[in-house]
Amino acid sequence: MDKDANVAVSMQHITKNFGPVAANDDVSLDIRRGEILSLLGENGSGKTTLMNMLAGIYFPDGGQILVNGKEAVIRSPRDAFDLGIGMIHQHYMLVDVMTAAENIILGLKNEGKLDMKAAAARITGICSRYGFDLDPNQKIYDMSVSQKQTVEIVKVLYRNADILILDEPTAVLTPQETEKLFGVLRNMKKDNKAIVIITHKLHEVEEISDRVAILRHGKFAGMLTTKDTNAQEMTNMMVGHAVQLNIRRPDPVNARPRIKVEGLTVRSSDGLIKLDDVSFTANSGEILGVAGISGSGQKELLEAIAGLQPAEKGSISYINDSGETEELLGKDPLTISNMGVALSFVPEDRLGMGLVGSMDLVDNMMLRSFRRGSSILTDRKFPHNVAEKVVDELEVSTPGLSTPVRRLSGGNVQKVLVGREIASAPSVLLAAYAVRGLDINSSYTIYDLINQQKERGVAVIYVGEDLDVLLELSDRILVLCEGKVSGILDGRTAEKNEVGLLMTSLGGEDADE
Amino acid sequence: MFNFVSFIPRAVGQGIPLLFGSTGETLTEKSGNLNLGIPGIMYVGAMSGVIGAFLYEQSLKASGAPMNTAAAIFIPLICSIVGSLLMGLLYCFLTVTLRANQNVTGLAMTTFGVGFGNFFGGSLIKLTGSDVPSVALSSTSARFSKMLPGVDKLGAFGKIFLSYGFLAYTAIVIAFVTAYILAHTRVGLHLRAVGENPATADSAGINVSKYKYLSTCIGSVIAGMGGLYYVMDFTSGVWSNDGFGDRGWLAIALVIFTIWRPNISVFASILFGGLYILYLYIPTGTNLAVKELYKMLPYVVTIVVLIVISMRDKKENQPPASLGLPYFREER
Repeated sequence: MDKDANVAVSMQHITKNFGPVAANDDVSLDIRRGEILSLLGENGSGKTTLMNMLAGIYFPDGGQILVNGKEAVIRSPRDAFDLGIGMIHQHYMLVDVMTAAENIILGLKNEGKLDMKAAAARITGICSRYGFDLDPNQKIYDMSVSQKQTVEIVKVLYRNADILILDEPTAVLTPQETEKLFGVLRNMKKDNKAIVIITHKLHEVEEISDRVAILRHGKFAGMLTTKDTNAQEMTNMMVGHAVQLNIRRPDPVNARPRIKVEGLTVRSSDGLIKLDDVSFTANSGEILGVAGISGSGQKELLEAIAGLQPAEKGSISYINDSGETEELLGKDPLTISNMGVALSFVPEDRLGMGLVGSMDLVDNMMLRSFRRGSSILTDRKFPHNVAEKVVDELEVSTPGLSTPVRRLSGGNVQKVLVGREIASAPSVLLAAYAVRGLDINSSYTIYDLINQQKERGVAVIYVGEDLDVLLELSDRILVLCEGKVSGILDGRTAEKNEVGLLMTSLGGEDADE
Repeated sequence: MFNFVSFIPRAVGQGIPLLFGSTGETLTEKSGNLNLGIPGIMYVGAMSGVIGAFLYEQSLKASGAPMNTAAAIFIPLICSIVGSLLMGLLYCFLTVTLRANQNVTGLAMTTFGVGFGNFFGGSLIKLTGSDVPSVALSSTSARFSKMLPGVDKLGAFGKIFLSYGFLAYTAIVIAFVTAYILAHTRVGLHLRAVGENPATADSAGINVSKYKYLSTCIGSVIAGMGGLYYVMDFTSGVWSNDGFGDRGWLAIALVIFTIWRPNISVFASILFGGLYILYLYIPTGTNLAVKELYKMLPYVVTIVVLIVISMRDKKENQPPASLGLPYFREER
């Protein structure tokens, strides 16, 4: 371990488990003053968990944390503040109807009388020192995302933090706002503060940081000095070596274009471009894998096809078996799903889309079938049969069909969701993160199901997080980067590093080198 | 000619219970607790005071001792405070500690509170053995409604501004003090944060449960004093079952009407009180139906205000963002 006097925080042999899953396994790293450290890793590699232990959100199961050379026990955010550690989370903690100044002083007790003028003056002082642009009297609801982030950073500085952790601070910023943020971070670095930014964007790592620590699957993969490394080396370390997984990949039979997307552009409600001029074709009897860092437009892409997301420009055409073409954009979700397009999206919380937690299996099946039949009463027999079939074939472990879905374990919930979509005999299956958080066995069941659909001639669009799986499962891989298609590769010949580079850089020019 | 000198004191008398109720409910709602038990709590506040005063008057009658002014005021007042406080504590225990649904809990407490008032009211009426279905506590009431000496010589000015018992002025002071605390102190800032976004407040180190308990219990006590004022001052110490009527609901309507600002409530409560009795001052003939339509006015005005506020869509005028929602600290 480096005994440098500049070391602000030293994390040693940190281990953190969530149930049987090791989020961090024996991770050691130093954070130095006057330096910006990037924490780089794939999704789920344990970056945020590691930093949450410094911020007092989680408590480590093993290892120790030294702050300024002394062993520290951080049990709550307040403990972290007392040690001068402040973390800016991805999800902002602000009260909308209050002003910036009110939010900043919220919770501070030992300052006697409430003096908003003095607080505003101190805030203005902090802002001019580091180059923030902030009006202390502006209400939060009037602010842009980047201004809210500024409030969060100033809040931390107001509490005299000198160790700052930013969790993916640029995820929601425009390039101009990112530039401004980096300017501020450089000023703080000059002021001898220790700064950690959690990111998975390689170009940002290269631009802002002095050193980069890389995590892979919860383990420490290495520490590099930014100026001595390059994107290729960092990608190699971040992705690691492919884990041997043997997933069946039958050759596509009779592949014909089924969905043709041309020039699709989608803007989110706050005006950010989510998909930018996306064009591709999905064939029947083929799995099209979609790779990309989370938030690169995967969700918007699937939702646009399913009719849930209005598009600004472009077209999505559906080509049926007899070669007739129909435009999907502008149709409502019900019409699209009647045409045989099924969407199964597994969000982070698993229950957010598609299933109702407090309803039982049969009722959840009925969400797809309640329009069947002509009677005024709903037909309960059909969903009951579907539920029985899903439970039987997918080996869903449940006490019974009348158990609320919420009570099932995550893997079983996902089986129910995917099983229901497959039971509707779709001609296009959109699946996102279908194995999110699943153990190996359940994952393979889902892969099998997807392969069966492919063999039935269904066009499968599969959005995945795990590159190894995508490479083994997909016939072709579409790589998204910041809403643009950065490449479409053949799944049989594509290299993992190649996909990884395409995920983080547009156009793939680095991959050609 | 419309008789303002007689109308305004009556409007104020009608308004003061509403002012107590709305100030208490505003303070409660600012912590994110939607206490629909307020109408019941006002009944309990009134009845607890009546029981205290009744027992004191009975003991005096038995011993033949003269009435002590301080005891005549403090015994009912403290009984009322204890009664409302227990109701507030019960509400907090159910909704904050046990995280029961706030609407259901509140409605149940209103049903309970009204029943509590009427049950003990009925018992006291039986005990007195009086011919009319009411309990009269005139000597206690005389202490509560006593005005400053010499006010009757001041003419219209005295009648409009100075002719009320001390509880009326207390209500106005409490309303202004509450408004000041909410807007200008650190405690108020923290309380508002709890009602708007308890997760943020929690992460800033504010004890969410403590703030919810304190504001709800203090709010209940303030609202209960509205019931006490009604029976001891406004009706001159006469309790009759269901006499308090739907004033508790009107107090909750007033909270919305005043967009959660007790200082506005000082004037709005008098306006509501005036609207409530307007039918007595406007010639409506013998048609009783028209009177009933006039009684509707406070509610109509509240609905109009609600529509105007939602159309203007100003964030500050909206209810606290997490009003009615239980707070779970997220744990993994």
